[in-house]
Amino acid sequence: MSITSEARAEALRLQAFFAANGAKPVETDILQSAETLLDLYGEDIRARAYVTSDPMRGEQMLRPDFTVPVVQRHMAEGADPARYTYAGEVFRRQEVDDRRPSEFLQVGYEIFDRENPANADAEVFALFQEVLSPLGLRAATGDIGILKAAILGLSTTERRKRALLRHIWRPRRFRSLLDRFGDRKPMPDSRKSLLKAAAAGKDLFANVGPENGVRSKAEVQARIEVLVADSKEPPISESEVELLDDILSIKEKMPMVLSQLLDISVDMPTIAPAVQRFKARQKALAERGVDVDDLNFETSYGRASMEYYDGFVFGFYASGRADLPPVATGGRYDALTAVLGGGREIPAVGGVIRPEVVSILRGDVS
Amino acid sequence: MSIKLGVPSKGRLMEKTFDWFGNHGVGLRRSGGDREYAGAVDGVEGVELVLLSAGEIPRELAAGRIHLGVTGTDLVREKLANWENRVAELAPMGFGHADLVIAVPTLWVDVDTLDDLDAAAAAFRKNHGYRLRIATKYHRLIREFLKDNGVADYQLIDSQGATEGTVKNETAEAVADITSTGDTLRANHLKILADGLVHKSQATLLKSRKAPWGDAEREILNALLGKMGLDK
Repeated sequence: MSITSEARAEALRLQAFFAANGAKPVETDILQSAETLLDLYGEDIRARAYVTSDPMRGEQMLRPDFTVPVVQRHMAEGADPARYTYAGEVFRRQEVDDRRPSEFLQVGYEIFDRENPANADAEVFALFQEVLSPLGLRAATGDIGILKAAILGLSTTERRKRALLRHIWRPRRFRSLLDRFGDRKPMPDSRKSLLKAAAAGKDLFANVGPENGVRSKAEVQARIEVLVADSKEPPISESEVELLDDILSIKEKMPMVLSQLLDISVDMPTIAPAVQRFKARQKALAERGVDVDDLNFETSYGRASMEYYDGFVFGFYASGRADLPPVATGGRYDALTAVLGGGREIPAVGGVIRPEVVSILRGDVS
Repeated sequence: MSIKLGVPSKGRLMEKTFDWFGNHGVGLRRSGGDREYAGAVDGVEGVELVLLSAGEIPRELAAGRIHLGVTGTDLVREKLANWENRVAELAPMGFGHADLVIAVPTLWVDVDTLDDLDAAAAAFRKNHGYRLRIATKYHRLIREFLKDNGVADYQLIDSQGATEGTVKNETAEAVADITSTGDTLRANHLKILADGLVHKSQATLLKSRKAPWGDAEREILNALLGKMGLDK
């Protein structure tokens, strides 16, 4: 699948649609600072993005997505509220499946607005649904915010909550942390003997050789103190882990989800604000003509693949075309604006459409 | 008609490869002078010997420029994306054993598992403002291993040699390198993580999936494997 003239025409059509709905067209550079992207995504991004070097600007990456540069630009010079649209190539290294394209088009729509997040979520989703409606797609939605609220609501230490939040997008590591904090997995022997030696007041640094490298003895000592303190904490209770599992396994039509979440929030009151946001979003979606009674929702949707989203997430898929990537994906990324904003932040939500996929499906439809 | 067999062009790896083929009834030898990279195969018809750097053999196999090759499984996995679709392992050869491992300073008494490494990396980044550096030349293998195990807040630093020295030189906090006895790691005050074994490598006879495999080439391969007792 390479970029066709039909796909390019489709991209212009989609961008014109977003512009007609009040979005300002913006451009971003193809060469992006690798450092920013690496700090944000971690080393994994190297497997997915093309890295090149520039004698003046250092390591650069071919734009793997538009969101980061659009956010940077807004944080540097934009006034809110703002709506942006863009269209252009993104580049992805393929290490596993050589049938997947290494360059393709994306058309995006992003809203930066402090006033009414539920409304902004609904606006993005409804516009995407409208412009994609001739294709008969299946929509999926989720909400990372509910999971975050549930973690913050656990009766355990801030440190444990932070550790869980840090791995929210790595389901396997998340599960292993939860098992450890819930005492559902035995502690490794090395940890047991370390704690035992520390409790007995032994010199933990006997026979370990000299100080070696940047991570100092004081840093090692500090982590041991953390481990000792943590070992004295009670485990996260069975019932709380079950509640978290209940939340993670919700997969229903939207109105059913709301009643389940309201039930759970009786036992876990800290998720109530997130549930209210969910409810407000559902109402805003209905007001924009979205058939919420038939809209699928899954708490775990997007957890493994949509790393910077931290609230509402959505995707549109072509049923019966498992060979095609999602036609569109998007979500809320409030935390990303804080990371890139250097002290400033603004609630933001948006999404991208892949015009190649749209043009292939149009061919199927006609 | 002939098929090409690529083997390491120098050192112990070449000698052991020659011995291994010799023990299996096929004589490999260098032809011409000591410095000339040319070779010959005795005992079976139609096999052409190509002497290559061990590091280039995965690439040559993937491109289909050689039919068979001898190299370490670590190099195959590191250099070839989707290696299973590009080469097939015909026989492990029982030498060139090396473990690719993740090692940290012995001073880090708080770090014994990948779980610990991940937690230490998070704290390190907070304290120092940059991601914990791991020196290696096995970028793909280490990245995939750490991704599968959910380790975050690290970065890979390229090190093509003397990797164990990078910690003392303060260009990295940890290393990921091959070791056979662990002596060099110990001498540099480093220890292997309990679950830090990334890959157990050994010299292996490999077949290219992309090389031209017509009836004639298949016949030669079958004759070679038959002669060596590897056809069962």
